[in-house]
Amino acid sequence: MKALSQKRRHPLAAVALLLLGLLVTGGLYAVATNVNQAQASTTNNFTASDTAEGEKLFAANCATCHGMGASGTDAGPSLVGVGAAAVDFQVGTGRMPMQMNGPQAYKKPAQFNDEQTNQLSAYVASLGAGPALPEESLLDGGGDAAKGGELFRVNCAMCHNAAAAGGALTRGKFAPALDGVSSKHIYEAMVTGPQNMPVFNDANISPDDKRDIITFLKQIETTSSPGGAELGALGPVAEGLFIWVAGLGVIIGFTIWLTSRTS
Amino acid sequence: MSAATTTAEPAFVAKTKGGQITNFVDERVGGSGILREFGRKVFPDHWSFMFGEVALYSFVILLMSGTFLTFFYDPSMAETHYTGSYIPLQNVEMSVAYSSSLNISFDIRGGLFMRQVHHWAALLFVASVAVHMLRVFFTGAFRKPREMNWVVGSTLLILAMAAGFTGYSLPDDLLSGNGLRIIDGVIKSIPVVGTFISFFLFGGEFPGTAVIGRLYVLHILLVPALILLMIVAHLFMVVVHKHTQYPGPGRNDGNVVGYPLGPVYAAKAGGFFFIVFGVIALIAGLFTINPIWNYGPYDPSPVSAGTQPDWYIGFVDGALRLMPGVIGDFHFEFVIFGFVLSLNVLLPALIPAGILFSVMFTYPWIEQWITKDKREHHVLDRPRNAPTRTAIGMAGFVWYCVMWAAAASDLIATHFHVSLNDVLYWLRALFFIGPIIAFIVTKRIALALQRKDREIALHGRETGRIVRLPHGEFIEVHAPVDEYKRYKLVGFESPEPLPAQPNENGVVDGSEKRRALLSKWFFEDRVAPATPSELEAAHGHHGDHEAIDSSADNKSISR
Ligand code: HEC
Ligand code: HEC
Ligand code: HEM
Repeated sequence: MKALSQKRRHPLAAVALLLLGLLVTGGLYAVATNVNQAQASTTNNFTASDTAEGEKLFAANCATCHGMGASGTDAGPSLVGVGAAAVDFQVGTGRMPMQMNGPQAYKKPAQFNDEQTNQLSAYVASLGAGPALPEESLLDGGGDAAKGGELFRVNCAMCHNAAAAGGALTRGKFAPALDGVSSKHIYEAMVTGPQNMPVFNDANISPDDKRDIITFLKQIETTSSPGGAELGALGPVAEGLFIWVAGLGVIIGFTIWLTSRTS
Repeated sequence: MSAATTTAEPAFVAKTKGGQITNFVDERVGGSGILREFGRKVFPDHWSFMFGEVALYSFVILLMSGTFLTFFYDPSMAETHYTGSYIPLQNVEMSVAYSSSLNISFDIRGGLFMRQVHHWAALLFVASVAVHMLRVFFTGAFRKPREMNWVVGSTLLILAMAAGFTGYSLPDDLLSGNGLRIIDGVIKSIPVVGTFISFFLFGGEFPGTAVIGRLYVLHILLVPALILLMIVAHLFMVVVHKHTQYPGPGRNDGNVVGYPLGPVYAAKAGGFFFIVFGVIALIAGLFTINPIWNYGPYDPSPVSAGTQPDWYIGFVDGALRLMPGVIGDFHFEFVIFGFVLSLNVLLPALIPAGILFSVMFTYPWIEQWITKDKREHHVLDRPRNAPTRTAIGMAGFVWYCVMWAAAASDLIATHFHVSLNDVLYWLRALFFIGPIIAFIVTKRIALALQRKDREIALHGRETGRIVRLPHGEFIEVHAPVDEYKRYKLVGFESPEPLPAQPNENGVVDGSEKRRALLSKWFFEDRVAPATPSELEAAHGHHGDHEAIDSSADNKSISR
């Protein structure tokens, strides 16, 4: 202690103090963000054999693009730290393995069954901490649909459309329509932000709020349209097209019928 | 009925109670006089003449369904929490206007149906007005003496759009709010006064708490009243001018051939009202329109993807989407004396619509000036027989459609799996070259059709029967067309360009020279109708079976 107090006036003391301060705040920040991350990655209970099988599947199907050990190549990004949720989403919705290069990886029928998908997730999760598969309780659709609707309109509607009918982004990218997407994949999309979608981590939208959003999406998916056929829920363009083609078409048919009698 | 012809006419006494009442009313209102006048009006029937009626009937349906809606709609922007029966919006904070619209949709018997009837009828109303207008344009029905009625009609089109637009905003849902925000942006882009107008309109900073109430007054009071007034003026002029007719034997600028309005036509028209009503009701019962519950309450922060206006405002939205914000290093936004001039909003919002509407209002006079044709016309042109006018119309139509399509650029991109940027680049190119291509192509097609008509008038139609002559030559048998068909093919005018004429001082002034140039452009390419002497020459050697009453059974071999 004495030694320290004597060195207080040392010319380098100020510098040391500054360094210390920076280290402490930096460390605290790292801890704080890790806490957030940790919330997202409540590790799933994958078995060692899952991971081992996953590694084999990965080497056979994904390594061409993502590299051995998923460390990334020119054809695909590194998957270290993307988490089990990202793999489950990408493989579960059929986006991965990617079919062709383009503005966006298209959805297609899933190529792997649930077990294989789980094994791939286990393997990628073993490479570094990342968002884990969501807990069942967040996916039950038992949240507050009205609140979920508000969150959806504020956070998602600008890309996905207020009725979740999808929308265009620049240069051939697009936000897909969300009907028919499973609750699990909705959750995973939010925590991993696939491709051109931003990540909504737990600090942005808490797990409970995510549950509300899922509840809302499931609610509008299951309630049948009260006003009759929806015309794709695409809004005024579809309506305008319909009245011009079908509405006026039928009316013209009648006008021809009415006037043909006399000529 | 009244056989008495003597001077002292005995008072007519009806035999039945009903007759007596009818007579009572008639003697005081003079109904039979009106009926006599209107009942003898002749209405030539062709299906393309019925779009005006569709518009009229849609308007009547709008009035009826709209009145129903006013019983339950509350144009207040006060905040409330939704307590109705639509669960995904339960307890959400919203305006009373939106909440009452939701109540109409979910908690009032027949309310949703009425809302959908009202909205579908609105779309059909404007669509039929537009088609009606196209019919009038392409057949030249706007020519003297109907120019003023064309102007009244153009006003009606604008009023119809205004009615639709003010109504679109009333539910105060996210979609309509986004639309209103765009209008606010356009208003604010007007130099100097824009911001003040916006503040005046919204009663303060957007969105304020006043605008819905104000739009409501416009929507249910002012605009429908003006429309009604204009419709009355419009129909009055229709009666005064009598209806136009397509060219045909025995039809000329001095008569109208067709059925009298009553009773057959009146019955048909009455029946047609119910057909239009039925079609709208069917559509409203089966297809959702403007599902406001999907969009949620208006809140200035979220903007939904796929936000579009109703179809008739689409072309303005499309023009806004087409406009680039910057070209290379050139920005369209300037700051002059502290005022921001946003040409990238102002230009697309006002210029295309401005051009379209100015040309629309003045077209009858533009054409009159070029052609110097000041005669009355009651017989219509077939579109092909006025090639330049038809081409001008198509150019304008294509220009409109390009902007219209641009309003759906995002949906085109997602549904045809193309890049949104590419869609915009293509539409920008089409915005400039589309009308030019349309003009040239249409004119060529019209001229080709005219040549074909001439050919058929002179040599008959091709029957597809090939005959081999004794010396081995093959010919196709042509059947002459009957007199009625031929009249249609030859009975039109094809004016030649009118060279510059000196004015009363014997001087050819600059404007007259320009007019002559335009006249050349208008009439230069022409196909003259087959003249009687040409017809004579072409048919002369057939003997006398080409006489006036040649009929269908006369389609014998003509060679
Ligand atoms: C044809 C090459 C290709 C193949 C094969 C492929 N991927 Fe991908 N993958 C990509 C590309 C490219 C991306 C980046 C896409 C983007 O962000 O636009 C990607 C992204 C991913 C992501 C998302 C990364 C993130 O940041 O969230 C995951 C997870 C993934 N791939 C998993 C897999 C798995 C598992 C397989 C094997 C079943 C696989 N991929 C096969 C090319 C490929
Ligand atoms: C910046 C625009 C954007 C925003 C904001 C956005 N998304 Fe997305 N979303 C996308 C894109 C782009 C994709 C497609 C990614 C892909 O194909 O890999 C997507 C995909 C999805 C999918 C997967 C759909 C499928 O068919 O598999 C879901 C689910 C999803 N988003 C939900 C949401 C939710 C919930 C929100 C709001 C919390 C949201 N998104 C916000 C752009 C966005
Ligand atoms: C549905 C309601 C209406 C009914 C039943 C009705 C009925 C009548 C009747 C029976 C007359 C003739 C007797 C008379 O001269 O007093 C008349 C005249 C008249 N009405 Fe109406 N009317 C109605 C609405 C209106 C409205 C709204 C206006 C004005 C905006 C109006 C303006 C007139 C005028 C100016 C006359 C006088 C005509 C004249 O003196 O030659 N009426 N109305």
